[in-house]
Amino acid sequence: MTAMNGTGPAAFLGRHEGLRGRLPGASLPWVEALRDRSAAAFRAQGFPTRRVEAWKYTDLAAVNTSVFGEPLTGVDDALALPPATGPRAVFIDGRFRADLSNLEGLSYTVENLAWALPTLETRLGALVRPEEQALAALNGMLFEDGLVVTVPDGVAAGVLHLVSFATESERAPAFHPRHLVRLGEGASLTLIETAAGPVRARYLHNPVFEIEVAAGARMNHGRLQQEGREAFFLSTVYARVQEGGTYDNFTMNAGSRLARNEIHVALCGPKAECHMNGVQLLADGQHADTTTALDHAAPDCSSRQTYKTVLSGKSRGVFQGKILVRQIAQKTDGYQMNQALLLSPEAEIDSKPQLEIYADDVKCSHGATVGELDAEQIFFLRSRGIPAEQAKAILVEAFLTEAVEAVADEHIREALTGAVAGWWQRQGIQGGIEAA
Amino acid sequence: MLKIENLHASIDGKQILNGLNLTIPAGEIHAIMGPNGSGKSTLSYVLAGREGYEVTEGSVTFGDLDLLAMEPEERAVAGVFLAFQAPVELPGVGNANFLRTALNAVRRAKGEAEIDAIQFLKLARARMKVLNMPDDMLKRPVNVGFSGGEKKRNEMLQMALLSPKLALLDETDSGLDIDALKLVSDTVNSLRGPAFSALVITHYQRLLNHIVPDRVHVLSAGRIVKSGGPELAQELEASGYGAIQAAAA
Ligand SMILES: Nc1ncnc2c1ncn2[C@@H]1O[C@H](COP(=O)(O)OP(=O)(O)OP(=O)(O)O)[C@@H](O)[C@H]1O
Ligand SMILES: [Mg+2]
Repeated sequence: MTAMNGTGPAAFLGRHEGLRGRLPGASLPWVEALRDRSAAAFRAQGFPTRRVEAWKYTDLAAVNTSVFGEPLTGVDDALALPPATGPRAVFIDGRFRADLSNLEGLSYTVENLAWALPTLETRLGALVRPEEQALAALNGMLFEDGLVVTVPDGVAAGVLHLVSFATESERAPAFHPRHLVRLGEGASLTLIETAAGPVRARYLHNPVFEIEVAAGARMNHGRLQQEGREAFFLSTVYARVQEGGTYDNFTMNAGSRLARNEIHVALCGPKAECHMNGVQLLADGQHADTTTALDHAAPDCSSRQTYKTVLSGKSRGVFQGKILVRQIAQKTDGYQMNQALLLSPEAEIDSKPQLEIYADDVKCSHGATVGELDAEQIFFLRSRGIPAEQAKAILVEAFLTEAVEAVADEHIREALTGAVAGWWQRQGIQGGIEAA
Repeated sequence: MLKIENLHASIDGKQILNGLNLTIPAGEIHAIMGPNGSGKSTLSYVLAGREGYEVTEGSVTFGDLDLLAMEPEERAVAGVFLAFQAPVELPGVGNANFLRTALNAVRRAKGEAEIDAIQFLKLARARMKVLNMPDDMLKRPVNVGFSGGEKKRNEMLQMALLSPKLALLDETDSGLDIDALKLVSDTVNSLRGPAFSALVITHYQRLLNHIVPDRVHVLSAGRIVKSGGPELAQELEASGYGAIQAAAA
């Protein structure tokens, strides 16, 4: 079987039925129970329509009506991946490739999920709510592989790269990796994820992350979404942070035809911190949606969110940010800022902040702005000899600066700066500002 | 060097320049004075190529170039520099990065070698010293949080680095303290030479004590109504524009 029968939820549910005995963990009752629960949840929800509040601005009709196939195993060996410069785990069409990965001599454990599955009963699915998130339900039903990172107490793991690459294929593969990350007390890890694929390949990448940050631990999570322009990227991240721990997520949404980047973070111990920053760089025909849900469930926690979206052509951006401050979460310090820069009159941004506060002693602020490039600033730069296109690039870079500078980890910042420059080049614009 | 003939220009349907004639030979510095709203900044914008102005009649030649046919960046490359009356702020753009980018954009367009970061810093620091600007102004975003006088000095720093052939200074003296006025004048005077011309727009004769002009022109209602030597500025300081405007009307 290469293509699934038909389209929409029925095709995915059919695939689950058809592969029942062959999906990883088929012999483990708890895995089967998890898949069945996920399938039931997905059957109930299907691909949410815009009548569902959380999907008001993002239409999954194109996903719903596309025919997808399974990824093939043993795919294309001629991938032009650069040689690893440090630890990295490579997934092709959602499947781990040991031959392309470099995981020697680490002070912590990195496994692939398909292999480690028998040991994951208490971890897999611990943070996911399939009944509430259809995309996570879809993933729970069909996951095959993923990254499992376990950093022991007190270990500073350094940088790990996660590379997800899709291959060019007639099959339009759908893959649903499940990634688990657990940081022990006082541990730290910088995970830099790159998701990419051929420009014209159609595929569905539906990853789910479950991230547990123990007391005093710190996770820097940099995500560079540079999928091919026909791809669907439907991602959900769940993170739980304990006392004094930090989860720092930076996501760049620059690729794919349609991207949903959903992040759920729960701050569960006092003085836990969460930073969620991101940039969305959208060209003609692209739709990107960042939806965050922050659960302040303990006192003295702080959260910072800065998202910047640049839209050109006929593109559409969405930002939805919910902050829940529970009654117990006194002295919460929450901040959320969402800004959009429209480079074209056809571009559109929708923004929905949502504060739900049940504690009385909190500091929570949010804001949103929409603007265009300033004609006076452009003229000023041009009057100094800088060509018009470069002047615009400089001003867009400046707009992004605040979000980029909020990235604490230098490796992520560096990767990001490179990715932003690459985006400009693909737009046919050479060079922004020169460093002095 | 610069030859403006019968220049008519309007913005948003409002006629501002009404048949302006002005020639500035190479090597000369000319001053323009005139009442608020007479069109001085408009003239400088039209010369620098700002969008939104419609030139309905007349011509401007710069050397043998048809200035009005050129893009703003092409004019900058050809050697036109406008020091703005109210410089804009560029949040998120570091001043040093901006200056180097501008300098290299011009050099590249002229086929000259680009300047590396180290050379650039040397050059910039030397110019800043003359203008008495602290080093940290290189690190800060362009003009953000700069005082009025600091912004004007930053304009002069840009001018000094780009070393233009034609500088248009739009009220660069306003907002400057007495010492800064001297430093800014020194910077302009240091560029003086057979290949440098300037059009100095000012309301005050004081600046012209430091930058002594070859000619002084009075602009009123969009045209030059009187021209003379440096002594004209002193006359105006004493008597105001009334008599000249009445005579021109
Ligand atoms: N967009 C516009 N629409 C209509 N009128 C305009 C516009 N921009 C400028 N003007 C008018 O053009 C006239 C000339 O303005 P300009 O700034 O050139 O004067 P100025 O001589 O530089 O004055 P000042 O000495 O105050 O700097 C003014 O009356 C001004 O209000
Ligand atoms: Mg003016």
